[in-house]
Amino acid sequence: MAALHELEAAYEQAKADPQFKQELDYYLREYAGRPSRLYLAEALSDECGCKVYLKREDLNHTGAHKINNCLGQGLLARRMGKRRFIAETGAGQHGVATATVAALFGLQGIVYMGEEDIRRQQLNCFRMRLLGSEVVPVTSGSRTLKDAINEAIRDWMTNVEDTFYCFGSVCGPHPYPTIVRDFQKVIGIETRRQCLEKEGRLPTRIVACVGGGSNAMGIFYPFIEDTEVELIGVEAAGCGIASGKHAASLTAGRFGVLHGAAEYVLQDDDGQVREAHSIAAGLDYPGVGPEHCWLKDSGRARYEAVTDEEALEAFCALARLEGIIPALESAHAVAQVLKMKEELQPDDIVVINLSGRGDKDVNEVEMILESRKVTQ
Amino acid sequence: MKRIASAFETAAAQGRGVLVIYVCGGDPSLDVTEEIVIAAAEGGADIVEVGIPYSDPIADGPVIQAASQRALRAGTTVGGVLETVARIRKRSEVPVVIMTCYNPVLQFGEERFASQAAQAGVDAVLVSDLPPEESDGWVEHCKRHDLGTVFLVAPTTLPERIPQATRRTTAFVYAVSRPGTTGERDELPPDLAHLVDRIRQHTDKPVVIGFGISNPAQVRAVCRVADGVVVGSAVVRLIDEQTDPGAIAPAVRQFVEELAEGAKRR
Repeated sequence: MAALHELEAAYEQAKADPQFKQELDYYLREYAGRPSRLYLAEALSDECGCKVYLKREDLNHTGAHKINNCLGQGLLARRMGKRRFIAETGAGQHGVATATVAALFGLQGIVYMGEEDIRRQQLNCFRMRLLGSEVVPVTSGSRTLKDAINEAIRDWMTNVEDTFYCFGSVCGPHPYPTIVRDFQKVIGIETRRQCLEKEGRLPTRIVACVGGGSNAMGIFYPFIEDTEVELIGVEAAGCGIASGKHAASLTAGRFGVLHGAAEYVLQDDDGQVREAHSIAAGLDYPGVGPEHCWLKDSGRARYEAVTDEEALEAFCALARLEGIIPALESAHAVAQVLKMKEELQPDDIVVINLSGRGDKDVNEVEMILESRKVTQ
Repeated sequence: MKRIASAFETAAAQGRGVLVIYVCGGDPSLDVTEEIVIAAAEGGADIVEVGIPYSDPIADGPVIQAASQRALRAGTTVGGVLETVARIRKRSEVPVVIMTCYNPVLQFGEERFASQAAQAGVDAVLVSDLPPEESDGWVEHCKRHDLGTVFLVAPTTLPERIPQATRRTTAFVYAVSRPGTTGERDELPPDLAHLVDRIRQHTDKPVVIGFGISNPAQVRAVCRVADGVVVGSAVVRLIDEQTDPGAIAPAVRQFVEELAEGAKRR
């Protein structure tokens, strides 16, 4: 708790300091390569019968939206004089972004990663080590993202003096949902401006995948007041909601407390947290950010779920239609748009948040496709 | 609740510290937990803490995490732990404190949990990840059912937050010896007396110290500065080390006897 109070105070101070904003803008522009493009995906548009734009977070340095948040938290750690920069990671994208920022700012990077995820994401694991960070395998519980978070929290509680916990999503204890949302909302602010420039009006629908929910919150947040813009979050339905093997906390979870946040949680009747499942390691989390819960309950956003199979098809479809290999996480958002083709009107403007690129997933997808002897 | 108060009174009158023993409910089974609690009481434990195993125990080190996982795999439920306390209560008057994370209480229902715990003969409950500021509803339920509350205070707890915890404490304050998780450590932190002093400025409730205390010498050192001491991971590890389930209760009894020697202040 003391660590959270210290963080909150430091963040409030930084937020009010114009120099902090200047520094962050500098690194987002010069280092991460922002603004990311809002690209009109022509073939996908033809397929859907309306304009479909891709918000190209996959083109950021390190290949995903995660760098936005890590640069912000890295600058915060530097201000606070913390030397150890620790994080959890699922797919490894947040871990890679953390390790990158640790290298950039001369911090000691330590990334907790579930053993099961290390197996699925060997390339990212090697990248983190190459960047000079230590990857600590987590062998407790389900050996995935939630357990990596448990371990990172334990480290932080033990070493709070010199350690900054760079949390990767809009969940976890306050002030993280706020901090991460603030550092990710640049996605939505840019999208708004770019769409007005290109189309002279706002998009009609914005679609983003939701694990913990940071890329979706980042693009949704600046549009919350624009009630004419439909916000659609896409969860991982895994092997299907009915199978119980999924990661759809908003669709099939119940109110509970996980990692210090009150939110929808996948759990049994006794409040034991269930193992989540998704083909996309980055969506494999049994909770979801509290602000998404509010968007769902208030009806402001709608949440759908897409199966592993549908995501895999969208992964391949986007590669062939647009020459863009999306992260399996982002492929869930693409799949949702393909699924709702019938619903779309010719004057719709759809924006898909393409939160990450698929290089990290190529091996895993190859294995899956080969094992099924599917010829693509 | 009365059982806890009288445990502290008795120990004070005898010039010794209160020995609190932690066990993880359902590790290796609830039947064995019942025998362990009885054996600990016979060995000289003044209070026994029974943990409700949880899938994500972030305040626990590897030993208690592993015990929680074993207990869950064995099918342990919240209701099962409370029924076990009821069975213990038929055999012993040892004060029992339930230690749990908040989510199982939330899902069981705060009111229902307090009522069934009290009915089972539980004396107090420690919800380890419930911040005092968020606990007013819970504390009310406990009061209504004459169930004691225990809150944690750590060395890192900000001065202004200590009274938030002590004000809501009706059984005893649990001082966490050092930042971090549960688990055995070779050495005690040097500033325990200071931690206890900081707490006593705000309350006249008993203060016990836990986290990282595992042997009679450490128990003795802690009992010089606090009203009592909690030993957890060392007991849990001892339980796990027994290959014969029948050997668990006698081993715990013997270990607790040794610890109880340490709790005698000299």
